[in-house]
Amino acid sequence: MVTGKGGTGKTTVAAALALALAEEGKRTLLVEVEGRQGVAQLFETEALPYEERKIAVGPGGGEVHALAVDAEKALLDYLQMFYKLGGAGRALKRLGAIDFATTIAPGVRDVLLTGKVCEAVRRRTRGGGFVYDAVVMDAPPTGRITRFLGVNDQVAGLARVGPIHNQAQAVMRVLKSSETAVHLVTLLEEMPVQETVDGVAELRATGLPVGGVFVNMTRPAVLDRAAVRAAEESRTEIAKALSRAGLGGARRGGKAEQLIGPLLRQAHEHAERLALEGELRSEIAGLELPAYELELLAEGADLPGVYLLAGELREQLREQGVAR
Amino acid sequence: MTARTAEAGAAQTQTYGQAPGLGTLPVLDVDALIDDPGTRIVVCCGAGGVGKTTTAAALGVRAAERGRKVVVLTIDPARRLAQSMGLTELDNTPRRVEGVDGAPGGELHAMMLDMKRTFDEIVEAHTDPERARAILENPFYQSLSAGFAGTQEYMAMEKLGQLRAGDEWDLIIVDTPPSRSALDFLDAPKRLGSFLDGRFIRLLTAPAKAGGRAGLKFVNLGVSGLSVFTGLLNKLLGTGLLRDMQTFVAAMDTMFGGFRTRADATYRLLQAPGTAFLVVAAPERDALREAAYFVERLAADRMPLAGLVLNRMHGSEAAHLSAERALAAAENLEEDGIVGPPNGEEDDERSAPDSGDGSGDGSGGLPEESPSAPATAERLAAGMLRLHAERMHVLARERRTRDRFAALHPEVPVAEVAALPGDVHDLEGLRTIGGRLAEQPGVEPA
Repeated sequence: MVTGKGGTGKTTVAAALALALAEEGKRTLLVEVEGRQGVAQLFETEALPYEERKIAVGPGGGEVHALAVDAEKALLDYLQMFYKLGGAGRALKRLGAIDFATTIAPGVRDVLLTGKVCEAVRRRTRGGGFVYDAVVMDAPPTGRITRFLGVNDQVAGLARVGPIHNQAQAVMRVLKSSETAVHLVTLLEEMPVQETVDGVAELRATGLPVGGVFVNMTRPAVLDRAAVRAAEESRTEIAKALSRAGLGGARRGGKAEQLIGPLLRQAHEHAERLALEGELRSEIAGLELPAYELELLAEGADLPGVYLLAGELREQLREQGVAR
Repeated sequence: MTARTAEAGAAQTQTYGQAPGLGTLPVLDVDALIDDPGTRIVVCCGAGGVGKTTTAAALGVRAAERGRKVVVLTIDPARRLAQSMGLTELDNTPRRVEGVDGAPGGELHAMMLDMKRTFDEIVEAHTDPERARAILENPFYQSLSAGFAGTQEYMAMEKLGQLRAGDEWDLIIVDTPPSRSALDFLDAPKRLGSFLDGRFIRLLTAPAKAGGRAGLKFVNLGVSGLSVFTGLLNKLLGTGLLRDMQTFVAAMDTMFGGFRTRADATYRLLQAPGTAFLVVAAPERDALREAAYFVERLAADRMPLAGLVLNRMHGSEAAHLSAERALAAAENLEEDGIVGPPNGEEDDERSAPDSGDGSGDGSGGLPEESPSAPATAERLAAGMLRLHAERMHVLARERRTRDRFAALHPEVPVAEVAALPGDVHDLEGLRTIGGRLAEQPGVEPA
């Protein structure tokens, strides 16, 4: 399960993780539940139907499959599977019952989505092995993740008997087992880190297994506060250096000299951000979880970028082991 | 998209006649919007993580300090942002924000939505105490009101409707919920409203009221029989849940009709003159794609769009120095740094750099191997140039993303807000953002 605050690159990280785990003949499934078709956009394919299909190949012949789960279709599937209710399903739809069950009824939608994922996790081939070596879900954001994953507990309490009850309990067993890990994606910014810390506390309180923290979009440290202070104290020397590098005159009013002010201000902002990032890193370290760092992609999150991130992740996963 | 294509296409040709760039695009005049006494509601919407709540709060501070009586309705704000407005808990009542300059006669109030409390209040207001208690204690109601799909959006719009109906405020600024899709707040109230008033829920109530009549009704709906239906539901949900739902619906009987009516009224309120939508985005591909989708959807629903707020834009005072030149110069300096300081420069005044008090901790972040002052200056200069190149790359990417949006929607006025180094924690920070929102190129300060 990959969660994170909006804007932290949750979908990109989930895709990179699915790709990183799909090496040497392994097969992973990347599941999307929010109906945004973010996976299709990332992999530059047409919109994903409600059906598993191969979307990428990893090194050594690994495969990434993808699925966009649609709650309504999952429910009709489910009805068909257990009750052979093809036609009645349509009638229920006309009545608004399907809409009710998938969008309004407390938690049924989330039960269906998590249920579908658990089914894929447990599915086996004829030979008896698992169909997927790993299933990666691009899950709802941190603010809703505990409710989303914990919904089966609540629904099992609400529907006290019957198949929904049983299904909810079975799903909860998988989610709370050591086979599951909820990973949190964050940026080195205050709000996302705060949300990560809160999210970890909530997940832990609910007994859901927390995986690792993925620090996304990190940037290299170039000049820290001390360096910027040093630069401010040797403006003349720096102006000369800029001048030697061909950027104009170093004398007062010269082009190189005029660059000093703006460049120093930018360096100062950078140093301040570094200092803040340092504090945030120690806050993350305080969670005592495995942490992975992913560099900011210069061209934004595109397909080559996902492959780059998957490579970075593969290395870090080898060093630290997969957080499970 | 379809509804707008023709219009957008026409606007495009006009704009393309001039030099491309922001100068030719309409600029959003935020002060004119919030100063206009005709503006009564501003809705801030957009994808998650783009600074929607911060924008709403900053607009609130600015409007209040320009003399309007403002309430900001936030939904699930980050803790420190809430604290910056003196909010510490969900209490569903607007609280006066201290520290706002009241000289021009304005006031700022803020509240955090408590969706369960809002739902409870609707129930309490529309039924007698005994029934209200029966509803509030019903397990089905409790999970519905505690925030499953749609409830938060419904309650946010309900609260907005209440605030507007009271007519106590010059201006209501509302932040939209962090939904699955940014558009949920437009759709969810209708969906929940029509469910609560719909056929399906009446069917559910029927067995609890009078079994016989319900059977007949059911036949009219063209389904083979009631037993299939309730049997199925019982199988699926378990008898307990169906009973809870039936009791809930029976208790809510007096309120039927009300939900859809209320949802419709709120929807019309959003279309009314006096409402202005601000689509908030960050200059990133996904956020702007969602913003574009939003712009199209608002047009399709005839909702009044005021403009786009583009947060976290970067700028540079040295924009004339390109990334390529800066990098080349940095490489130059780094090479020189390794071979040692060059000599025989025509510029001969080699004054020793200030190596006094500051240098003790001054070298902390630098490679230690080259302590000589010119090399250090070169390394520092190279670092500054690399940072500048990075900044210029960010700038170029942001502009490309912005121009893409502008090409598709040249009619949408834009206000760009420069990035702050850190998050906003206090009123002063909100005031700064408000100032940046209002100060756009070509907008005369009011």
